[in-house]
Amino acid sequence: MSVPAAIPSEPARVRFRDPQIEMAHGAGGKASRRLVEGLFAPLLFGNSPGPLGDAAVVDIGGTKMALTTDSFVVKPLTFPGGSIGELAVNGTVNDLAVSGAKAEALVVTYVLEAGLPTSVLEAEVRAMAQAAKDAGVRIAGGDTKVVEHGKADQMYITTTGVGRLLRGVVIDPGSVRPGDKVLLSGPIGDHGITILLARGELDFEADLRSDTRSVFPLVEALVHAAGPGVRWMRDPTRGGAATSLNELARDCGLGVVLFEERIPVRDTVRGACELLGLDPLHIANEGQFLAVVAPEYADAAINALALAPGGSEAQVIGEIREQPAGSVLITTLYGGSRIIDMLVGDPLPRIC
Amino acid sequence: MRFVDEFREPELISKAAEEIRRLAGTERHYRMMEVCGGHTHAIYRFGLKDILPENIELIHGPGCPVCVLPMGRIDDGLSIAQDPNVIFAAFGDMMRVPGTQGSPLEHKARGMDVRIVYSPSDALKLARMNPEKHVMFFAIGFETTAPSTALTLMRAKAEGIRNFSVFCNHVTIIPAIRAILDSPDMRLDAFIGPGHVSTVIGCRPYEWIARNEGKPIVVSGFEPLDMLQSVVMLLHQLRKGEAKVENQYKRVVPWEGNRAALRAMAEVFELRPYFEWRGLGFISQSALRLRDTYAKWDAEQRFQVPGIRVTDPKAAQCGEVLKGVLKPHQCKLFGRECTPEHPIGALMVSSEGSCAAYFNYEHRKASMVNSLTSIA
Repeated sequence: MSVPAAIPSEPARVRFRDPQIEMAHGAGGKASRRLVEGLFAPLLFGNSPGPLGDAAVVDIGGTKMALTTDSFVVKPLTFPGGSIGELAVNGTVNDLAVSGAKAEALVVTYVLEAGLPTSVLEAEVRAMAQAAKDAGVRIAGGDTKVVEHGKADQMYITTTGVGRLLRGVVIDPGSVRPGDKVLLSGPIGDHGITILLARGELDFEADLRSDTRSVFPLVEALVHAAGPGVRWMRDPTRGGAATSLNELARDCGLGVVLFEERIPVRDTVRGACELLGLDPLHIANEGQFLAVVAPEYADAAINALALAPGGSEAQVIGEIREQPAGSVLITTLYGGSRIIDMLVGDPLPRIC
Repeated sequence: MRFVDEFREPELISKAAEEIRRLAGTERHYRMMEVCGGHTHAIYRFGLKDILPENIELIHGPGCPVCVLPMGRIDDGLSIAQDPNVIFAAFGDMMRVPGTQGSPLEHKARGMDVRIVYSPSDALKLARMNPEKHVMFFAIGFETTAPSTALTLMRAKAEGIRNFSVFCNHVTIIPAIRAILDSPDMRLDAFIGPGHVSTVIGCRPYEWIARNEGKPIVVSGFEPLDMLQSVVMLLHQLRKGEAKVENQYKRVVPWEGNRAALRAMAEVFELRPYFEWRGLGFISQSALRLRDTYAKWDAEQRFQVPGIRVTDPKAAQCGEVLKGVLKPHQCKLFGRECTPEHPIGALMVSSEGSCAAYFNYEHRKASMVNSLTSIA
C-alpha cells in the first residue's frame, strides 16, 4: 500500500496503540489500516494524509507521475499459475494501473537468505524478466542484500515502480456518487485459495490457478471506453474485495451495496471457502480489479472489459447508495442482507 | 455447487418463508432457540432474520465451543506452551480468543510456537515431523469434534507417539441445554437442534426435552432452506400443541447417531464430575477428560497445570447473551470496548459467537434505508 506524497510539516500525533506488531498488521485489513493511519501517516505525511490509494501521485517539475512500492513475501515461492518473481512485477504494475497509470519502470530489491540455491533465484529472476516483458515495463535497476541462514525465508522481493498517468481519468473516492455502479473484472479468490492449497497443509486438492496477471490492459480498455465516468479503482489483494470496498465506503462516506448473485466466484473457490469457513470476499486476488463507474458509463465499461482479453467475466456487482453510510452491505438472492466488514485478523498469512 | 445450491434456491426459500408467515399468523409470539453456533452464523450470513416474520424470535444458544470456554482454561493451556519445547496446536477459531496475557496469536507474536491446524490428526502429523518437540493439541468442541480427537489419540497410542498430548476441553451439549432450561429467566417455546452434534449423538438424547419439558425440537441442517424448513416443522408442532423430536437433517443425521464415533469417544474419554462454562457456571457431568489408559497423552497429567480461574470483566454480559436473555447489542460493551478485533468476551471472537455474527453482519444495518431493489 502506498500513501499520497506530501512534505512532512508539523509532527502529528501517533494514534497507534498496539503494543507489538503481529501478523494481522500485514494482512491488509483493519490492523494494517490502523498501523498506516495511526503511525506511518502522522509521522511521515503530516496530519491529513487523505484517502490511502494504491499509488502516490508526485509532481516533479510540472510533470505528474504515479509512484508505488510493494514487497513480496509469499510462501511457497512458486504455486500453480505463478511465482514470487512474477507476482513482484505484476503487483506493482497493478498498483499503478488502478491508480490510472501505466507502469514505465521498476527498480527491484532482493533480500536473500544465505543458502538459497542459485537455481531458485535464477528461476525467479527469469520469471520477473518475462513478466516485465509481458507488461511492457522496464526493470531499470536494483539492489541485493543477503541475511544469515534462518533470518529470512528463502527470498523476499521489493519492487518500486513509476508510472505515466493515463489521460482522461481521475481516480478519487471523493467523486463517487449515489447511483454509481461497482464493477469487478472477474472471479475472486483464486489467488488466495491457490496459495493455501499449494502449501499442502490441507488434505485436499483442487484444480485451481492463481489469477496473477497484469490488469493494465483491462484498465486501459475501461479508461478508453468510460474514462470520464471512472471514479475509483482498486486491486483487491490482501484483505480481498471486502476490505477494498470497505475502504471505499469509508473514504467516500457512502454505502456500497453488493448483489451476491452477481459476484463471480469459481465453484472450486466457493467449495474451499465453504469447507474452511472463509468468505470469498475476504480472499486475496492478484489479477482482478474493482472500479466505480458513473451509471451512464456502466454499459460501455462492461462491454469494453468483456471485449478485452481476460475480461469476459467482468460484472456489475453492486452500486453506491446513501445508506449504509461508510459500510458495505450484501443482499442475498432471497431478500436477506448482511454487512460485510473488512478482514479482521489474518486467516492466510504471507499470501503475496 | 452440488449439495449446497439446492438448499439456497431462491424460489423454494421464498415459498418456505411464505409458509412460515402463514403458519405464524400474527396472534402469537414464538421464541425459538438455535442451540448451535453454526446456526447462529448461518442466520446472520444468509440474512434469514430479514425473511422471518417479526413474531418469530430466534434466540442464540450456547453451542459455540470457543464461547463457553472460561478464560482460565486458555491461560492454563498457554502456560504449558511457555516451555520452548512445546508446540501449541489448535483450530483457527481459538487463535484470537483472549487469555489474561493475550490470545494464542499474541503469544505467537512474542515467540511462542503456536500452530493452526484443521484437524487433530494434523497436530499428530506435526508431532511426527518434530520428534525433538512436544506437540500439545488444545482440543475444543462438542460431540462434533470429540470423535476425531479420540481417533487421533487412539492412533498416537497405537503408534507409540510420545511427544504428543491433548489438553482436553471437550464439552457435551445435553447438560448445556438442561442448564438453559433450568435458568429461571429463560422462556422458550422450542429448539432448533444442533445438526453437527447430532450426526454423532443422534436424536434420542433430546427426547426428554419433548417428553419432560414439553418443548418441540427439530434437528436442523445449516443451509437457508434447512433452517426455514425446521421453523415450519416447529410451527406445525406448536400450533397443534405437540412436543416431539423431529429430524429435518435426515440426509446427514441418523436417528441413532454414529456408533463408531461414539465407541471411539467411549474408549478414550470419561465424563468429568463437573466443568466450568463461561456464562453458565459449573455444570456437572458436562465435559470430557481422558481416561487413565490415555494418561500418557493427557496434557493435564503430563504437565504442571496452574488451574487458573479468571472471572469475566464485570461490565461484560457474556453470560446473559449466552443464555439468550440479552441480545448481543444490548450488552454494555458491544461494539465499543468489545469488537471482533479487540474482543473482551469470546462471543465476539468465534465466527459462531452470536456477538461476532451480530457485529459482522447485522450491526449498522439498523441505519439502512430499506430500498434494496435489483440493479438490473
